[in-house]
Amino acid sequence: MSDILEVRGLTKRFGGLAAVSEVDFSVREGGILGLIGPNGAGKTTIFNLITGVYKVTSGTVTFQGKNITDMEPYLIADLGITRTFQNIRLFKNLTVFENVLTACHASASYGLVDSFLRLPRFRREEKALQEKALELLSILGLADRKEAIANGLPYGLQRRLEITRALALDPKLLLLDEPAAGMNPDETEQLMRLIGDIRDRFKLSVLVIEHHMDLVMKLCERIVVLNFGQKLADDEPDGIRGDKRVVEAYLGGGDE
Amino acid sequence: MDAYLEGIIMLSGINLIAVLGLSLLTGFAGLFSFGHAGFMAIGAYSAAIVTTIFKLPFSLGLAASAIVAAGVSWLIGRATLKLKGDYFCIATLGFGEAIRLILDNFQGLGGARGWPGIPPHTALWNILLLDVIGVVLLAHLVRSRHGRNMIAVREEELAAQVAGIDTFRYKMMALVISAAYAGVAGALLGHYMTFIQPKMFSMVKSTELTIIVIFGGLGSISGSVLGAVVLTFLPELLRAVDKWRLVVYGLAVIGIMIGRPRGLMGGFELTPSSVKRWIADRKDAKTAKADRMAEDAGNGKDVR
Repeated sequence: MSDILEVRGLTKRFGGLAAVSEVDFSVREGGILGLIGPNGAGKTTIFNLITGVYKVTSGTVTFQGKNITDMEPYLIADLGITRTFQNIRLFKNLTVFENVLTACHASASYGLVDSFLRLPRFRREEKALQEKALELLSILGLADRKEAIANGLPYGLQRRLEITRALALDPKLLLLDEPAAGMNPDETEQLMRLIGDIRDRFKLSVLVIEHHMDLVMKLCERIVVLNFGQKLADDEPDGIRGDKRVVEAYLGGGDE
Repeated sequence: MDAYLEGIIMLSGINLIAVLGLSLLTGFAGLFSFGHAGFMAIGAYSAAIVTTIFKLPFSLGLAASAIVAAGVSWLIGRATLKLKGDYFCIATLGFGEAIRLILDNFQGLGGARGWPGIPPHTALWNILLLDVIGVVLLAHLVRSRHGRNMIAVREEELAAQVAGIDTFRYKMMALVISAAYAGVAGALLGHYMTFIQPKMFSMVKSTELTIIVIFGGLGSISGSVLGAVVLTFLPELLRAVDKWRLVVYGLAVIGIMIGRPRGLMGGFELTPSSVKRWIADRKDAKTAKADRMAEDAGNGKDVR
């Protein structure tokens, strides 16, 4: 099968520091790729480069055969790449429903005049948006919380809401930045099933940064290991487990 | 009606239009401006040119005031909307003062002495009509996808961007619409006073508008309406204690800030459905409390 995302020679320097240097990898269409490595290895920086939040120093990002290097973040989102953040970024003072409804905006095309005058087109499309948001919330199991203020949700549900919001854009590629951070083993297990489910249901490809090795090893079909901004390994989970350099740099244990 | 009372109602109606515009920019899109009196000035002078020099109807003057103010705000936005938070705020402050100083020194429109003899086209009915239209249009806007996108920019700009929202475009949209409102307010003010002078549109006026928006509550249209009425009436009611007027005004504003940090309405909107929901919530809270007490009593028995 073909690759949906291809990253070639990706480099980002902050002054003299190379946060990411010459990294290559690709995400297979419909695949789940894990991105692991110690803190500061450049994982989140790579997310920021792919989604256009940071400008690339050199290298290219290709999405579905189209060069998207340094495009504006909102255009990249329109093309079909959405993401969640390591430190959850919800629209905090809005309700769960409003968070998702806002992100559904791309499914409607009514203009300003339609909004001002509540023309039939506004009513029709707005109704469709509301239905879409509700459907997403019930698929993700948040329907009974739809009137809750996002900021007041328990941590696990906030992460879930952020994923729901990302799905509202009908993405083709979903980037998850440490989705299991701060979760207990039960919640992590649940999350893992959720990620697999939404991949199948929404026909997505997924790129996930995670420190929970259990989750990564079970969920991902392929894993890229980063260390000090460079790619250390790129293999299937079994291969990663047996890789000496990876064990030394990240998994720990080694010769002790 | 008592002419004095009518005058105050008209002034609060005019203020309200400018406040509604600023409410969109500050309360919904999250951008502070200390230069909105500048847009009012542009509106006032454009409308005066249309009605006084070209002798055209007031409705055209109002349209011109909205269009010219919106056009200028678009140019200002192109130059300044890339600036973050406080820096944008300072830029608007500079813009407002620049407009005032330009008008002060441009003798063709009366300069600092002002421009008398503007026809008294503003009346209570056209102010109230425009108030109603202004509120309805704004309420429709903020509850559309465009309004939600502006709110998203206020809430979390980075998340809005990766959710496919062109944040620059929506900030610009909020700025241009709010400037059009301010322009119309300026036009009404000019044709109410029948005299305009750059001094009327100084930073004090801009600050007053911002205070009203914050006082009423950010992100609440009904708050803005309430704020505009209360804060236009208050100084007038206090004319009896003339010397202490501004002191009391200041204390009232500070009092609100301490007592209700999110403003009078604070994100709450007064609509028929919100009132219904509020009543329902109160009932729910009561039943929930009763349930909880019953449950506690039950649990207590089990434990024992």
